[in-house]
Amino acid sequence: MSYKISEEGNISTVFLNGEIDMDVTEKAKEVILPLVETGKEVHLNLKDVSYMDSSGISVLIESHQKALEHNTKVVVKEVSKSVLKVIMMAKLEQILNLE
Amino acid sequence: MDISESKDFLVHTASLKEVRTFSRNVFDKLNLNNDLKDELVLAIAEAAQNVVKHAYKGVEDTSDHMQIKISLTGDQLEIGFYDKGKPVVAENIQHRKLDDIKPGGLGTYFIKQIMDDAVFKKDQQQWVNHLVLTKKI
Repeated sequence: MSYKISEEGNISTVFLNGEIDMDVTEKAKEVILPLVETGKEVHLNLKDVSYMDSSGISVLIESHQKALEHNTKVVVKEVSKSVLKVIMMAKLEQILNLE
Repeated sequence: MDISESKDFLVHTASLKEVRTFSRNVFDKLNLNNDLKDELVLAIAEAAQNVVKHAYKGVEDTSDHMQIKISLTGDQLEIGFYDKGKPVVAENIQHRKLDDIKPGGLGTYFIKQIMDDAVFKKDQQQWVNHLVLTKKI
């Protein structure tokens, strides 16, 4: 997994790339959670994420819940078809902010 | 087309990508549609992850290997997972309730959604745990 971050106003966007499994979840959390803790709105762009398993879903949930604690939100954007299937299997499409 | 292929993997999170690649390569030979292939790869990856996360819980570095065997006989797909970790008590395995939104506890749920059956067998002498996932395809 690789990533890049762009900042625009009060929004930080994290562009994730590759496959998100248990091997990279700590790295993903180290990137995302500190941004959420600043209170900024965080957008996770998953356009280039080709695979995500339950560990990756846990990162999305933890980010979402951390955002609620900090009175902000995490928006999950441009989800690929294969990742959306996993999100829907977990019945999280109504919980996470998907765009 | 019947098939039976197996491969050993080091018990480590870094092996999970290799597990997926092996699985995809086997399923490519079976000409499965992409949606089914993605689901089966996810189920296999989740089961392999459970070996690392649970059977080897608290074990930082191990030279142990797990074995994954994918077999298709007729329309019956069987995927075996063999490891030498801590014995799994099948009765203790349960996924979290879906409406209890929190990180974790989804891997087993995914496996149950995708596969027809998941059974731990006590039929191995050289291994500790033997999980068998089956699905009619």
